[in-house]
Amino acid sequence: MMLLIPCPWCGPRDEAEFHYGGQAHVAYPENPAALSDEEWARYLFFRDNPKGAFAERWSHSAGCRRWFNALRDTATNEIHAVYRVGEPRPVTS
Amino acid sequence: MAECRSPAAAFADRFDAASKGGALRLAELPFLTQVDIRVDPASPAAKDIGAALGMPLPVAPGTTVISGDVTVAWLGPDEWLVIGPEGYRFDLLRKALGERHGSVVDVSAQRTTLLVAGPRARDLLAHGCALDLHPTVFGLGRCAQTMLARAQVVLLPRQDGLLVLVRSSFAAYLAEWLLDAATEYLAPRL
Repeated sequence: MMLLIPCPWCGPRDEAEFHYGGQAHVAYPENPAALSDEEWARYLFFRDNPKGAFAERWSHSAGCRRWFNALRDTATNEIHAVYRVGEPRPVTS
Repeated sequence: MAECRSPAAAFADRFDAASKGGALRLAELPFLTQVDIRVDPASPAAKDIGAALGMPLPVAPGTTVISGDVTVAWLGPDEWLVIGPEGYRFDLLRKALGERHGSVVDVSAQRTTLLVAGPRARDLLAHGCALDLHPTVFGLGRCAQTMLARAQVVLLPRQDGLLVLVRSSFAAYLAEWLLDAATEYLAPRL
């Protein structure tokens, strides 16, 4: 199965042109030195795994080479929205 | 000085033979000057580079501006590719940028240019490209970076066909692929 992913710059393109970047909006810790090993491991390795809408990062690596965010339903693979880096996660019903 | 040999030079004869039927015209346009520009499109530096080029940097995704034998193609929101003839003097662009934030880099050796022209050019490319290449949506003034037969390319529509900019190391593969895909447009009708 091939997804058609709408790059916010280039428009809809084949999934083969993209690289997946995992969960979006994972903020870098304000003071990494203050974290315990467990907290650091949580930041590095622990990600949400929802069934349903998931905000994730994609890179249009074979096209404009920009990173962007997409709101994808992990159960249906439907992409509800794409938005550029720095823009807030859109509200979808 | 070392002899210059273009990445698809070995295919010249087969390109010529494939171009005889009239349906297609295949050729390599070797040694074009290609310059990668990265600069904030809203900055004064971008304006100065536009002035040095004699045309503004196109800001709409997937568009090109053409002036004479120089083409400026949009590669990203802060990235452009300037394509000029062999020997094109791009030091003016570097001078226009000056010491400001941005870059003007000669990338001529990164890619070579294949010309795919003739009435069946878009049919040929459609064998390995998922984009809609119809001239009404992908005509002169457009450009796209995409995959052609799983190779990364930059596509630039021309009056009677397209330029396919492909990495030098993929040029032989893509030339073989183009010649193979072209078979049905070259064979005599039975």
